[in-house]
Amino acid sequence: MTATTDPHIRDYSLTGTDTARAKATGLANAEWYHTDVPRKVMKDLMQRRDGPAIRDTAIWFAVLGLSAWGGIAFWGTWGAVPFWLIYGVMYGSACDSRWHECGHGTAFRTGWMNDVVYQIASFMVVRNPVTWRWSHARHHTDTIIVGRDPEIACMRPPNVFRLLMAYAGVIDMAESIRGIARQAGGTLTDGEKDYIPESERPKAILVARVHMAIYAATLALALATWSWIPLMLIGGPRIYGAWHMLMTGLIQHCGLAENVTDHRLNSRTVYMNPVSRWIYWNMNYHVEHHMFPMVPYHALPRLHEVLKHDLPAANPSIWDAYREAIPAVLRQAREPDYYIRKPLPATAQPYKMDTVNV
Amino acid sequence: MSDPVWTDVCDLDEIDEEDVMRFDHDGRTFAIYRAPDGTPFATDGLCSHEHVHLAGGLVMDDTIECPKHNGRFNYRTGAALRAPVCVNLATYPARIADGRIEILI
Repeated sequence: MTATTDPHIRDYSLTGTDTARAKATGLANAEWYHTDVPRKVMKDLMQRRDGPAIRDTAIWFAVLGLSAWGGIAFWGTWGAVPFWLIYGVMYGSACDSRWHECGHGTAFRTGWMNDVVYQIASFMVVRNPVTWRWSHARHHTDTIIVGRDPEIACMRPPNVFRLLMAYAGVIDMAESIRGIARQAGGTLTDGEKDYIPESERPKAILVARVHMAIYAATLALALATWSWIPLMLIGGPRIYGAWHMLMTGLIQHCGLAENVTDHRLNSRTVYMNPVSRWIYWNMNYHVEHHMFPMVPYHALPRLHEVLKHDLPAANPSIWDAYREAIPAVLRQAREPDYYIRKPLPATAQPYKMDTVNV
Repeated sequence: MSDPVWTDVCDLDEIDEEDVMRFDHDGRTFAIYRAPDGTPFATDGLCSHEHVHLAGGLVMDDTIECPKHNGRFNYRTGAALRAPVCVNLATYPARIADGRIEILI
């Protein structure tokens, strides 16, 4: 679908022209569409449990430990490669979903368990746990609202080279480290100040210093032992193991609408294989997650069954999602106002179009 | 501002134990809770972080979790417990009278 307004140069900063535009048009802090779900059903879906996340976290740490052991034990031989491939994905990709779900506080029922895993996963994914908590809150308030959402991965017109390079993990890692280093030096950007309350800023700087100290110690150990192994274990997996995080994460919103207040227009649900779903902690049910973020990851498949009469058809596979998203993103390079508008089933309520600026 | 008065909300059984309901009155909005033991409580209806009705959230023991950003409050005291909420909620006395919940507002 093409836009109904004049194309304009988008300003994705949080303090620019599109920020003012979003506020003026009612897109900031707007009321979003929600499918009607009976209270008793929703209450049941929202229930928290420790069991699934304890099980998954135990498996996660066990696989991390075993694969690290194998990578070190077979270091210098081809036998080490599969171990590092597994370790890389467990560290550099699974950390993202653990960061995400524990940041919402929905993975475990017990609060401190969410907090502990959130801190560990934040370090692994190279995100400041303070700044990103607030950034992600804004992402949920103003999902893919230009000038408001700090987590828009696919900007328009897209930088296709950069999107491709994302899979190598290098650019994102370099920018993440640069950001943490800047924060450790005591500087927050105007964008960060826009969504982080003043009372939280000293915490953000302190935790950035802790993260940088660990990276410095890792680097020092690598130099002292003249070995790559410390870097393969800490930090490095965020580069060589991030591909799965990017493969699943980039299809959450790419090619879909900006500046709408209906998650069915700007988010994508994709059926995935069980392994990817485990690594991704069911965030493939992304429309469902955005519409009802208090539903824990283990209940998202059930939530999908409750909502699907009101949602566009899910993409049947990761491959299918890319077949849909790639042409759209390439077209957005020529026509930045283009986006995919999926048909709704006959049982669905119409798209909410009262507050849009597509 | 006039003195607070006990205001009728609903039948006791309209709110399950360990659940919450929205109550709009005189241009204001409130969240009415029943604790796991059935005791009623009342707070402001909107999250102090952003404009979200807490009645869509989850009651767990003594806490209410905002449905939008998962911030948490103790609904007995109004205390903000978990980011992104930082500002406490106002609370209001609540009671059961003749099988109905009333709040003092």
